[in-house]
Amino acid sequence: MTDLVQETKAGSALRGAGLRAWRKYSAYVGVLPFMILVSIFLLWPTFSVVSGAFQNAAGKFDLSTLKSVLSSPAHRAAFEHSIQISAITAIVGSVVGALFAWAVSTGKSGGAVRRICLSASGVLAQFGGVMLTFAYLATFGFNGLVTSFFLKHWSHSFFAHPTWLYGITGLCIVYSFFQIPLMFLVFLPTVDNLKPQWREASDGLGGGTFEYWRRIGIPVLTPSFLGAFLLLFANSFSAYATAASLVSQGSIITPLEISGALSSETGANNPALAKSLSLAMVVVVVIVLALYTLLRRRVSRWEQ
Amino acid sequence: MSSSNQSLGTKTWRRAIILFVTIYLLLPIAAMLDFSTKSLSGKRGLTSWRAIFNQPDLIAAVGISLELALIVIALVFFLVVPTVVWVHLKLPKLRRPIELICLLPLAIPGIVLVVGIASIYRWISIHVTESPLMLAAVYSMLVLPYTYRSLSAALNSVDIHTLAEASRTLGASTYRMLFGVVFPTIRSGVMSGAVIAIALVLGEYTISSILNFSTMQVEISLIGQTDGFIAVAISLASLVFVFLLLVVIPTTVNRKNEVVEVEHS
Repeated sequence: MTDLVQETKAGSALRGAGLRAWRKYSAYVGVLPFMILVSIFLLWPTFSVVSGAFQNAAGKFDLSTLKSVLSSPAHRAAFEHSIQISAITAIVGSVVGALFAWAVSTGKSGGAVRRICLSASGVLAQFGGVMLTFAYLATFGFNGLVTSFFLKHWSHSFFAHPTWLYGITGLCIVYSFFQIPLMFLVFLPTVDNLKPQWREASDGLGGGTFEYWRRIGIPVLTPSFLGAFLLLFANSFSAYATAASLVSQGSIITPLEISGALSSETGANNPALAKSLSLAMVVVVVIVLALYTLLRRRVSRWEQ
Repeated sequence: MSSSNQSLGTKTWRRAIILFVTIYLLLPIAAMLDFSTKSLSGKRGLTSWRAIFNQPDLIAAVGISLELALIVIALVFFLVVPTVVWVHLKLPKLRRPIELICLLPLAIPGIVLVVGIASIYRWISIHVTESPLMLAAVYSMLVLPYTYRSLSAALNSVDIHTLAEASRTLGASTYRMLFGVVFPTIRSGVMSGAVIAIALVLGEYTISSILNFSTMQVEISLIGQTDGFIAVAISLASLVFVFLLLVVIPTTVNRKNEVVEVEHS
């Protein structure tokens, strides 16, 4: 009898615990469908790239592919080109974009110029890939608008003979079409934050334009500027579609090498190589984004 | 700084910079207009624009891209948004991990994601279906950072907890709390995320081209290999379309959403 009582007590306690656990964890069920989708299409692929870089074809731990990637001159050259293009377009994009943001910000605050620039930049910053390639070819290509114009008027100039079209110079020019608008979008809020009172205070204390920028403007804008620069760098470093639709021969940058290693058309389908190159890219992007996060933290501290 | 007390030098610089950047950014678009009305014979005309409609493969691919955009929007509306709201309201512990997951695609370039995902799509095409609509799954991952950002901005700008609690105390069910109170308040945030999602799906090339699915961009690129004039015309048309999408829709939606309305029944 006592046994039975004890048993039911234990049973209800168990059920109570189960119910409590269910109450506690039932909320997690709501997250399950999302987590399943994310695990299959985002977390697993990421893990497979990172772990695959350290494996050989048989799935065993092996550093040989990674080592050969790091020591191969061809892969290193492509990687250096990638870094070079990203750095150049990030510098050009951030300087021109920042000047543009300053020019627009000092205008009328609700003006039409500002509204148009904001909407247009929103579109152009998204403007990459195939569409951009054709826009670029229509402009600087062998039959393009700028090329024909220069051929007619200055037939010996740089733009009249676009031999640079499919090379690094070409990629730098084409990337700046989305880098400048992106910089404008990212940097405009920061420039808007420059208070006119600071300029007045500086003028009142006898500082000129140069003094104002050297002692106030540039120091205040620098952290945000560097952050935006890093964002632009990562953006250009990750870009593939524009380069792929433009450059049909040769893999001059790492993203093109990755797609070359993946495509079996050439009979050289090499997933291990693709994963090692991918890992190198991820490492760069993660470092850049980590620096960006650190900088943003600094920025938001003083902007509050 | 009002423009009245600016020095002449500043004004000149401003105008010069705005003029220079505007010309630089408008140049390719003008060139596309010029190029797409040209032909090899040198005559002006709309031949290339008319030829767009004689490309059955392209029209099919545009259809696929639009369908993909709709599926991605549906995934965002019915899966991502509810999950993020749910985590925000009920599972504060998971907020940070979910945020990290949602921002992860920013650290993984598209070309890298496709390396990892190729084997999954190979498996799907052998065992499930070869339909290009399966791309919607990976596209919804690419869209995550943008959706999450606009969503969390919307959730943080209103005190969603107080609103949710208030509706609870007034006797609303969970369902009514979510659909009557929470979703209407974050609608404009969700919409702006959705607009970016459409633009991203319609412009996506990296993943679909490597996985051999013929989406709109893949088809434009193929046409470009045989006829540059038509490809430029289509590119300009799709740019104008994306422009209308990103500029017109948000302004009309935001105007409607200035006042938060909760329906009474």
